[in-house]
Amino acid sequence: MAKGTVEIDTARCKGCELCVVACPTDVLALGKEVNGKGYHFATMVKPDECIGCASCGYVCPDACITVYKQK
Amino acid sequence: MENIKKSENIVFEKPRLINDTPMHYCPGCTHGVAHNLIASVIDEMGLAETTIGIAPVGCAVFAYKYVDIDWIEAAHGRAPAVATAVKRLSPDKMVFTYQGDGDLAAIGTAETIHACNRGENIAIIYINNAIYGMTGGQMSPTTIVDMKTATCPYGRNVALNGYPLKITDILVPLEGTCLVTRESAHTVAAIKRTKKMIRKAFENSLAGKGTSIVEIVSTCTAGWKMTADQANKWMVENLFPAYPPGTLKDI
Repeated sequence: MAKGTVEIDTARCKGCELCVVACPTDVLALGKEVNGKGYHFATMVKPDECIGCASCGYVCPDACITVYKQK
Repeated sequence: MENIKKSENIVFEKPRLINDTPMHYCPGCTHGVAHNLIASVIDEMGLAETTIGIAPVGCAVFAYKYVDIDWIEAAHGRAPAVATAVKRLSPDKMVFTYQGDGDLAAIGTAETIHACNRGENIAIIYINNAIYGMTGGQMSPTTIVDMKTATCPYGRNVALNGYPLKITDILVPLEGTCLVTRESAHTVAAIKRTKKMIRKAFENSLAGKGTSIVEIVSTCTAGWKMTADQANKWMVENLFPAYPPGTLKDI
């Protein structure tokens, strides 16, 4: 059971991959789909591994990630 | 999964003062992180209505479109001079400039040094990525030795181009400065530290302690021709020896 989850503003994401690198549990990856600007946006590939640490949120330059953590 | 997505479980979200305008910065640009930090510090300090930012010329020329506070756009390099006027006329406002290395360390060197020497009660956020990003990756005063750019394609040659300008180090002995620090934004720990220092700089501006400079050693994915992750690694390996992060002065 995941301790946390993230919500990604896929229209705002530029696919820089900084969140993918920052995630300690490899939850995130760039998907095959592209958004309106033509970027491969970040998506949760292992949602069950998310611990809600918010590392992805801190490093995201475009502030597209909302992080939730089960309290 | 869906039962976690409740407003009381939010541990991180887009800072309230960052508006919905899509940023024009390249994917992975440090400017975005710096904007987010400034926006969240201003919001946390409750200064959204009493802050005046001075936007630079360079990639961050449109900073006023992204952070929802009052801004003035300065002529190239003149942000500290404009900030001086604003702070002297409205001493109760929190005034900061946001500048890159081509703005602060090249055309604005005189304004920077004299504003710091006068001890103006402003905060200066200085983004140093050792290149002119907006104009196409030319050599800047802070380009490190042997670094390749559009105008020094064989690497910066000391005999021809001189040495990298470590302007933050020059500002340390000036009596007007109260906080001179060099930070980065490539890891979560570094970002949290940078946020703390930006807050301190803003507090100094309000307290009238003198000039605060927060240099953020940054990346330029387009100018360096790298991905965001490669650029961060390159920065740690090559820029940090020339611009080591750490607090140089804090009184």
